[in-house]
Amino acid sequence: MNKILRVNMTDLSTALEEVPAAWAGLGGRALTSTVVAAEVDPTCHPLGPNNKLVFAPGLLSGTTAAQSGRLSAGAKSPLTGTIKESNAGGTAAQMFARLGIKALIIEGMPKDDTWYGLQVSNNGVTIVEESDLIGKGNFAVIDALEGKLGKKTGVLTIGPAGEMKMAMANISVKDPDSKIRSHGRGGLGAVMGSKKIKYITIDDADAPGVTVAEPEKFKTAARTFAKAMLDHPVSGEGLPTYGTNVLVNILHESGGLPTRNFTYGQFDGHDKISGETMHETIVARGGKPKHGCHAGCIIQCSQVYTDEQGKYVTSGFEYETIWGMGANCCIENLDDIAEADNIMDDIGVDSIESAVMFGVAMEADVLPFGDGKGVIRMLKEEIGKGTPLGRILGGGTANVGKTYGVTRVPVVKGQGIPAYDPRSVKGIGITYATSTMGADHTSGYTIATNILNVGGYVDPLKKDGQVELSRNLQIATAAVDSTGMCIFVAFPALDIPECLPALIDMINARFGIELTGDDVTELGKSVLKTEHAFNQAAGFTSADDRLPEFFKLDPVAPHNAVWDFTDAEIDEFWNF
Amino acid sequence: MNITVKLFATFRVDRFREKGRDYPEGSTCREVLADVGIGEEELGILLVNGRHAPLEQVLDEGDAVSLFPLIGGG
Repeated sequence: MNKILRVNMTDLSTALEEVPAAWAGLGGRALTSTVVAAEVDPTCHPLGPNNKLVFAPGLLSGTTAAQSGRLSAGAKSPLTGTIKESNAGGTAAQMFARLGIKALIIEGMPKDDTWYGLQVSNNGVTIVEESDLIGKGNFAVIDALEGKLGKKTGVLTIGPAGEMKMAMANISVKDPDSKIRSHGRGGLGAVMGSKKIKYITIDDADAPGVTVAEPEKFKTAARTFAKAMLDHPVSGEGLPTYGTNVLVNILHESGGLPTRNFTYGQFDGHDKISGETMHETIVARGGKPKHGCHAGCIIQCSQVYTDEQGKYVTSGFEYETIWGMGANCCIENLDDIAEADNIMDDIGVDSIESAVMFGVAMEADVLPFGDGKGVIRMLKEEIGKGTPLGRILGGGTANVGKTYGVTRVPVVKGQGIPAYDPRSVKGIGITYATSTMGADHTSGYTIATNILNVGGYVDPLKKDGQVELSRNLQIATAAVDSTGMCIFVAFPALDIPECLPALIDMINARFGIELTGDDVTELGKSVLKTEHAFNQAAGFTSADDRLPEFFKLDPVAPHNAVWDFTDAEIDEFWNF
Repeated sequence: MNITVKLFATFRVDRFREKGRDYPEGSTCREVLADVGIGEEELGILLVNGRHAPLEQVLDEGDAVSLFPLIGGG
């Protein structure tokens, strides 16, 4: 990949640049965070002209490596005020990589009210005016663009929530079935909306493709890597059968399933929303129980969920969404949750932030706990339409908590806490507290070792070993996020000794270099330090690496666990 | 003694979801696993009353044993 595409929305100019030597070894999150840290004033307003939105495929994107089709998107987050990287599957990463585009950097912002689309192709990028699609939902945008530009067009799009610059707004990516994957967390859709860009299309006709420096070495490593994906029970069996939603029951059993706005650790209705139940439902209705979010995915953790008539409702029906609307909001009807997922895809909001936000809204009596139809209505008619209530809700969990005077507001650095209670799964609490991204579970997924016995075992109910566990995983994840690899490669990588060396061999063979395991660790550390420095310059201190007070005061059933790390213990995290 | 055995994910196939079963005093988790016909190499996660436990753990009257294959997600 040898091109940087730069788009200036202030003067509507575009440029094709060579890749600076310092960026040559970077991809995915390493590249987006490096660009944001280098070019964005950490004190800028995230919705103003000085923020930049950066898209970068991973180092292995566009190759035949399994699992390598992830695209990273980065900016300063309007939700957290920190640096943000969010990666997603779909069709875009591989198209960018085949076109030789190492990064697309969007800067500035239009002075007037005209909306635009960007068209990326082998000739560079063109800015076009857009009016018809403004206000439309993401499904309609993808449909319309396919109608105009052909079925093979790649699409990145924001829904009405992004147009309205809501802090929950996400960026959608077209998947191989013309449905939607999401750059979910941190309000990147609002950044795209602030730059008045409704969509980005990608045409990879005549793309030069990706050249591999050492093809034989690459093939051998790719084979070993793919075998590890299929051999490990998590990536090879559990995920394709039950999807990520397999986690409902294990988190319920271990008392770490946040229920009723993080009040309890178990949910009476867990069986109705579990992965096992979802699998049975999908199979009975003729949906697809396994499905890949990008070409070259052999894990196939996604699924297509249909209604009783067999009609498509949603795909990529994730544990986080089902936990959030289910256990956290006490909605037991999986069909209601699926409909909500469809609407969130369409209006373009993060399903995690939405679910945690609704939990707080329910605690505030904005609507009752368990009111699935109420959630659906509010997503469609309030948030989707930008009513005053919709604007409050669309501002995310912290915003709703503050507006309604709620104390049980589960956020860190302004971002809603995902599907694992930090009191009874203490490792993930360290990740939530210390991650440069705000409360983020994938950035250092200690659940693997705290709950799932992957990569060893560290007791989730004790403080011992959690900081080291979170640190090691955050470093490793920052590196993996730079390769374009789906994070689920981590399960086989943690248990199968040949897996990580095969990944490194693929990177080396792709570029004709000789990275070692230590180099990969150093890359991960350097990404975290770059992000941490940005956040500090943005005004964040160790006082922001903390969990909300209620986690210390309110024991969570059934283990009656509390969050009991001292500040000094948490701050140990950054000693590397 | 009466033990509740709960099975999850693929362990339910051709078995059951949840059953109360009788085991002799002093039985360990290992005996429960063998009794329901799950090999030790298939076992991913074992919880007794919601806490991770080793196979050697001796069970008490009224304990609940939850058995999972290796599973994961995000």
